[in-house]
Amino acid sequence: MEYFLQQLINGLALGSIYGLVAIGYTMVYGIIGMINFAHGDIFMVGTFIALIAFLILVAIGITAIPLALFLVLLIAMLLTSLYGWAVERIAYRPLRGSFRLAPLISAIGMSIVLQNYVQLAQGARVKTLQPLITGVHTLLDLGNRLVVQISNIQILIIVTTLALMSGFTWLISSTSLGRDMRACEQDLKMAALLGVDTNRTISLTFLIGAALASVAGMMYLLYYGVIDFHIGFVAGVKAFTAAVLGGIGSLPGAMLGGLLIGLIETYWSAYFSVQYKDVAAFSILIVVLIFMPTGILGKPEVEKV
Amino acid sequence: MSAARSESGSVLSHALKDALLAGIVAFGLFILLLGFLTEDSRGPLQLIRRPGLLASAVGAVFAGRFIVSLIYYNFEAIRTGLGALWDAIVRFCHLYKWWLVAAFLAAAALRIYFVPQSWPLMLLIVSATLIGLRSGLSAALLVIAVVFPVAFYNNPYFLGIAIIILTYIMLGWGLNIVVGLAGLLDLGYVAFYAVGAYSYAIIAQAYGWSFWVCLPLAGLFAAFFGILLGFPVLRLRGDYLAIVTLAFGEIVRIVLLNWISLTNGPNGIGSIPRASFFGIPFTPNDDGFAATFGLEFDPTHRTVFLFYVILALALITNWVTIRLRKLPVGRAWEALREDEIAVRSLGINPTNTKLTAFAIGAMFGGFAGAFFATRQGFISPDSFTFPESALILAIVVLGGMGSQIGVAIAATVMTASFELFREFEQFRLVIFGFAMVGIMVWRPRGLVSTREPTAYLREKKTISVEHVAEGRG
Amino acid sequence: MTNAPILSLDELTMRFGGLLAVDRLTLEAKRGDITALIGPNGAGKTTVFNCITGFYEPTSGSIRVTHDDGKAFALEKLADFRIAQRVHVARTFQNIRLFAGMTALENLLVAQHNTLMVKSGYSILGLFGTPGYRNAEREAIELARHWLAKTQLTERADDPAGSLPYGAQRRLEIARAMCTRPVLLCLDEPAAGLNPRESDELNGLLRSIKSETKTSILLIEHDMNVVMEISDHVVVLDHGKKISEGTPAFVRNDPKVIAAYLGVEEDAVDEAEAEVGL
Repeated sequence: MEYFLQQLINGLALGSIYGLVAIGYTMVYGIIGMINFAHGDIFMVGTFIALIAFLILVAIGITAIPLALFLVLLIAMLLTSLYGWAVERIAYRPLRGSFRLAPLISAIGMSIVLQNYVQLAQGARVKTLQPLITGVHTLLDLGNRLVVQISNIQILIIVTTLALMSGFTWLISSTSLGRDMRACEQDLKMAALLGVDTNRTISLTFLIGAALASVAGMMYLLYYGVIDFHIGFVAGVKAFTAAVLGGIGSLPGAMLGGLLIGLIETYWSAYFSVQYKDVAAFSILIVVLIFMPTGILGKPEVEKV
Repeated sequence: MSAARSESGSVLSHALKDALLAGIVAFGLFILLLGFLTEDSRGPLQLIRRPGLLASAVGAVFAGRFIVSLIYYNFEAIRTGLGALWDAIVRFCHLYKWWLVAAFLAAAALRIYFVPQSWPLMLLIVSATLIGLRSGLSAALLVIAVVFPVAFYNNPYFLGIAIIILTYIMLGWGLNIVVGLAGLLDLGYVAFYAVGAYSYAIIAQAYGWSFWVCLPLAGLFAAFFGILLGFPVLRLRGDYLAIVTLAFGEIVRIVLLNWISLTNGPNGIGSIPRASFFGIPFTPNDDGFAATFGLEFDPTHRTVFLFYVILALALITNWVTIRLRKLPVGRAWEALREDEIAVRSLGINPTNTKLTAFAIGAMFGGFAGAFFATRQGFISPDSFTFPESALILAIVVLGGMGSQIGVAIAATVMTASFELFREFEQFRLVIFGFAMVGIMVWRPRGLVSTREPTAYLREKKTISVEHVAEGRG
Repeated sequence: MTNAPILSLDELTMRFGGLLAVDRLTLEAKRGDITALIGPNGAGKTTVFNCITGFYEPTSGSIRVTHDDGKAFALEKLADFRIAQRVHVARTFQNIRLFAGMTALENLLVAQHNTLMVKSGYSILGLFGTPGYRNAEREAIELARHWLAKTQLTERADDPAGSLPYGAQRRLEIARAMCTRPVLLCLDEPAAGLNPRESDELNGLLRSIKSETKTSILLIEHDMNVVMEISDHVVVLDHGKKISEGTPAFVRNDPKVIAAYLGVEEDAVDEAEAEVGL
């Protein structure tokens, strides 16, 4: 029981990270209907930017953890979203309204570029950051070393994710930018005809998606403390899986999918085998899609005859 | 294209403005990742500042954007100029066609006279050009392929690259059936390549059967896996199908990594039986190929043999695809790509049709995998990762979906440039990625973007791409 | 030869969530006839078509097609492509669904898929080009040529379907459906978007299908010129219910039909007619 609860907490923390990355996939898919294959690598760039920002802050003597965290978050969101914007500008905007597979190939190209650029710039070796946030709280003590604990970093991840999600939901539902985004999602051409600046809206979508991914990247860095240029692919595939599982195009779906993938992975590793945790996640995706072809919260695709 | 700007001053200032903006963005992008290096040689991570690198990278972006802008704003003028030049060249060639051929032959003859050992290369170039002039590009490429091992017998490096290219051509053609003809987006094609390679390796090692027995078995296994995956998932559409095939590819790779008793896990399977010349091994022994045919032993014999094996396999793939396109099943694939609902209204079983495309595509992937295993003699899960699938898909899309010759050209260009610039390591991959973006921007439907009809009543007209659908599957 | 109607719907009901699109519809289409299904927009005509051709699974009720030899099929249990394949019901679509990137000829060859598939030994004989398959393909092209000529598309046979003008695309879709050798041809607004000359030509084409083949036709149409001239029997739907049926002349004068089209109550029509002295 306590083992189960402990894994629940671990799974939620991991799932939050996936969910934040998944939102980037789902938003872009919702608006321009493409799989932004480079998004996982944007996440990876986010972890590197966060890492370097930490080291700079330490070097110039800002060591108060809360202040440092806040500043790193700011820098990471700012600079990573610039990457999101640049990728869209270079690789996707020229292909707007083009054939379906062209942006996909272009995205794969950008993913290759980003991975190898980071490897060139920072080397192929794994980067390790010693834990910055320590401390755990015992939630449940059954004696005999049977305890359920939540660490400060897990609290930080879950709280930040909740805060970002609520802020983001507000942005989508109550601001004019959110309205533009929803309009573009419904019908890009019509939105443009009604005076929505679609290019700007799409750019902002990429900016926001990248900013959320950078937050996820920073959390990942703090949580695991180990990054390399290659983490983007696996994280990206998982997050995309999460987005599809939840129903691509649906924001709550992305979060739900992220949590589900996080939980499946954690429980599978805990009870069965670590090696096959990805197989478990992917198999469940396949099974879910067979029975719900548009994901859990996705709108059922109406076949117009 | 943008309105041509008349005054050079305003063009210059616009270009400068663009370049400045790009420079600022580049500064933001590079400041942390290029401006600082994280080093962990002594204990915890250290930061090393690299202002010089940062400045030169930003400067490069600034200069690059400036030049691009200048070209862009003068695009019309440049295009007219280049167009006129091209027209002039074409007219010249047309007028002096025979003189040019004669001069060409004379040059080849002169080169052979002065550098006698260059005769195979000259033979290759001359025969390919003449045949190409007469019968078109496909014929020329075929001639190059057949004569290649003769011309480059002494260059095992080139032969090796040619074998790799042919493998990718074959994989491209195999995937082309699924993506190009049936319009089903498959992001996990490498799984079938892996299944082929592993089933070949395992069967050949366990039973000691020859290459020619194991090869069809490997293909059948891959086709079986294609059906196994296809059956439940082929009713999914569009990007859902894409992610499921991607997931399948990863599942296969992870299973290969962890099913140690069967696959030896990450260490891979070594000493896979080598292909023999119909039972005669390529060894220096008395019963070896060289001894049997009274030749001096030369390891290149095996390479040349492998070259012709993969050439034959690729040509079979091509032949089967071309034939199938003209059969009802092939037409049904293309119809499915165009409009699935209409296909169903005509009484065609969409699931079976998709399954055949999937299975046949998988089968050719399996053949290629078996060939890969016997050529390398060693396989491990590292050879079957997602980037491999992405590369094959890129070959199909860049070549022009559904076009056999386009896929062959794309596979050649991509694989060759990939291999030839190996020493540039990551830098080459950055360029490679940008090239993929560039080609898509330049030709979103690939190099060859017309469709050949499969039957005609009066005259065969190629179909321009704007009518052809990509499929939603 | 049987006397049973080619198509009979019994209590056909189709419900989408809270919307009752087709409400216990019972109708028959006689063998060899052209039966028209008319009604205002949203009356459920296309839904009936989609139920007959298997694209929708009806909520309840039965759909029966009886072949000339008396063999009957219950369509409500069959998947869409099986209906076309086994029962030989072909259809066209309201918004044309051609294979735009394939030539007109290829479109007609795809329609003969099932015959050719058997003749090609499920591709294996075809792969080696056996004479049997080559003959079958020649016959298929002949059939296509026949229908291209009937629809005046011979000139455009080798052009991609997507490049044909609108009227030609409509005709090509009919030709494609006819190449499946259907017993029942369901046409969803074949005259939509045609100019008067083209719609006259359409009348001629449908009449010749009726007289020269054994195909019965079920037709949804708004163009009353087409409906009144060529239909043998007209069924009028409104809000998913059958409100009238009979000969074109009868239906034209049925006050219930007029009311449905004008959107007023039946009494109001009576009153209006009384006022103008009808």
